[in-house]
Amino acid sequence: MDWKSIKTGLQDQFADKIQRWHEHNTRRIYLDIDAEMLEPVVTYLFNTLQSRFIIASAVDKPNNMMEIIYHFDFLHLPQVLSLRVVLSKDRLEIESIAPIIVGAEWIEREIHELFGITFKNHPNPVHLLLPDDWPEGNYPLRRDQ
Amino acid sequence: MSTIIPIGPYHPLQEEPEFFRLHVEGEKVVHLDIELGYNHRGIEKLAESKSWDQVVFLVERICGICSTSHPAAAINCMEDLGAIVAPERAQYIRAIICELERIHSHLLWVGLAGHFLGYNTVWMWSWKYREIVCDVLEKVTGNRQSYAMFKAGGVRRDLDQDDIPWIMESMDKMKPVVDLFRGAVMDDPVLHARLKGVGCLSAEDAINYAVVGPTARASGIRIDVRKDDPYFAYPWVDFDIVVYEEGDVYSKAMCRIDELYQSVSIIEQCLKKMKPGPIDLNIKELPPGEGIGRAEAPRGEVFHYTLSDGSNFPARYKVRAPSYTNILSNEKAVIGETVADAALILAAVDPCYCCTERLTVIDEENNKSVLGQADLLKLSQAKTETLMKRLSL
Amino acid sequence: MSLKIQALTRSIWVYHLATGSCNNCDIEILDCITPRFDLERFGIQLVGSPCHADALLVTGNMTTKNIPRVKAVYEQVPKPNVIIAIGTCALDHGMFDGSYTSRVKVDDILPVDFYVPGCPPKPEGMIAAVAKLIAQLRQ
Repeated sequence: MDWKSIKTGLQDQFADKIQRWHEHNTRRIYLDIDAEMLEPVVTYLFNTLQSRFIIASAVDKPNNMMEIIYHFDFLHLPQVLSLRVVLSKDRLEIESIAPIIVGAEWIEREIHELFGITFKNHPNPVHLLLPDDWPEGNYPLRRDQ
Repeated sequence: MSTIIPIGPYHPLQEEPEFFRLHVEGEKVVHLDIELGYNHRGIEKLAESKSWDQVVFLVERICGICSTSHPAAAINCMEDLGAIVAPERAQYIRAIICELERIHSHLLWVGLAGHFLGYNTVWMWSWKYREIVCDVLEKVTGNRQSYAMFKAGGVRRDLDQDDIPWIMESMDKMKPVVDLFRGAVMDDPVLHARLKGVGCLSAEDAINYAVVGPTARASGIRIDVRKDDPYFAYPWVDFDIVVYEEGDVYSKAMCRIDELYQSVSIIEQCLKKMKPGPIDLNIKELPPGEGIGRAEAPRGEVFHYTLSDGSNFPARYKVRAPSYTNILSNEKAVIGETVADAALILAAVDPCYCCTERLTVIDEENNKSVLGQADLLKLSQAKTETLMKRLSL
Repeated sequence: MSLKIQALTRSIWVYHLATGSCNNCDIEILDCITPRFDLERFGIQLVGSPCHADALLVTGNMTTKNIPRVKAVYEQVPKPNVIIAIGTCALDHGMFDGSYTSRVKVDDILPVDFYVPGCPPKPEGMIAAVAKLIAQLRQ
C-alpha cells in the first residue's frame, strides 16, 4: 500500500469529518478530527489500512484546552500520521481505543494518571506509573497545577 | 488454584521498569500482570525545564544501554521541527555511533541470555568481546557509556582521521566473534531444545501489541526505521533487515546475532565513505511548531514528539521507548509456558535483566516464599542440564 | 581489628540495588565482574539475595515508589555492612533533580559510607573505591 492510496482512502471515507489536513513535510502528517470521530477513524486506520499504532501523546494547551495526538505509521512507509483530538478541560473524557488496539492500553493508563483524562470503556483503568497512594486529582504534567 | 510468582518489583530498567506477577497452575503460566513505575523519573516533565541542548543530555539518561538511540530520536525530532539537514560527515559519525551501540547492546543481551540458560561461559565471553566496542566508543567519544555526541544540526566531536584504521581493525576483530556466537547458537542441540518453539509471539499479536525491533522482526514483520524512514547516513549504506518467521526465543536470538553482521558492515561502509568536512551547523534557535523524531534502537523504534512555542524550552516532550510496547507483549508470549522458561521469555524481548535477579515465588494463601530467585534461576539452569543428559552430550 | 571487620573486608559479597537509575551504572557494575576487570579474583561477588550481602551498591535517584522496598532490602542485609552510592544520581539526583517522583536522596534513606561519583563511574573508579574502602575499614 502506498501513501497516495492511504491518503485518498482516508479523505474519501471521512471527507467532511476531517477538520484540518496539515502536512508538516512529506513524512509528517497531522490530522485534526472530532473526539466523536476517533473510534471510526482508528478502526479504519488499524483494520482497513493496516497501520501500526506508535503512541499517543497528550498536551496541555492554553485556553482551557487539552489535546491528545495519536501517532500511527504504516509498514514500509516513512509517513507518520498523527490524529489530533482536542478536548475541553471542563469535560476531559474520550473513548478508549484499547479495545481496538491492545498496544494502546498502557499509554491510556499513563495519560489518565499524568493528565487526568478519562478513557471510557478502558479494560483496565488503574495506575500505571505513579504509586497507588498518589493523591487523587494531582496530575503532574498538567500546567494549571 | 493458581500460585502467584512476583518478579521484581524494582529493577534498573530505563524508563519502563516492571514488576511481573506470574500466575501459575502447576508448571504452566496462566496469566501475567505487569506493574510499572518504580523507575518513573518524570523525564517528560523535566524536559520542559531544560533547554533544547540540555534535552539531548537528559534523554541520553533515559537508558544507559540505548544511550545514543534516545538522543538520535531527539535530534531527528528537533531537525524535523526546524527543517534542518546536518552536514554529511556528521550524518556518518552519527550512524557509526548508533551501530557501535547496537553491537554492544546485542552482545550484552546474548551474554545475559547465556547466563539464564546456565551457560555462564557465554556470558563471560560476550562481555569480554563487548569491551572491544567499548574501547572504540571511549576513544571516539571519551566515555564508555553516555557518549554526548549528538546535537541538533551536527555532532559535538569529530572522528579523528588517524583513528580510522584502528577502528577498522577492531571491527575485523568482531567478525570471528560473531561467527563464534552464531555457531554456538546454531549448532547446539541443547539450545535448540531450550529455545525453539518457546515463547512464540505470532505475527498477528505482534501487530496488535505494536511491538518493534528484533521482537517484531523475529515474528516475521519486516520493520526497521533505518529502512522505512531513513535518517542519518543509513540511506547511503547497504544493509539488510534480518527477519525470522517463527517468533520464538530462538528467532529473537538469531535475529540479534545476524544484526551484528549488518552493524559491523554498516560501520565499515561509513568509515570508507566518510569525507572530511564540517560537522556542525551551529543551530542557535528552533522555530515554534511540532516535531517527530524516530530512530532504530537496538530494541526497536524510539519515538519522540515535541511541541515548541519558539522559546528555548520545549513546551511538551513525549518519549516512547521500544520496551514500552515490547514488554506488554509478554502477556501473550509467556502464557502456557513452563515456569522454568518464563524467566527466559520475559528476557527475550530484551528489557533490562537485573529484575530477574529478584525473583520469589509466593504462595497466594499464606503469602510465604516458596521459591527464591536463585531457585528460579537454578530451575532454568537445571532444565538445560537435564536436556544435556537426555541428548547425551 | 575486630573479627567482624576482618570477616567483612575479606571476600566482600555485594548486592546491587537499583533505585530508579538509567542502567548505565548497573552495566558498569556488571562489567566489573566480567573478564576485563574481573573483580571476582579478589573474592568480590554479586549475590542474588540481600541476606548474603556484605555491601550494598546503590544506584539511581531513589524514586518515591521505591523507598519502602529499599528499606525492606536494607533490613535484610546482615550488620555490619557497607553501603556504597554509585553514580551522580545516587549522590545528588544529577540530571533528574526536581523531578516529581524523586524527593529524597539515597543518603536520606540509607546510611551511605562511600560515594562514587561519575555518570557513569568507570569500572576502574569502582575498583579504586572498593580498594579504598577495604583499606579504611581495616584501619
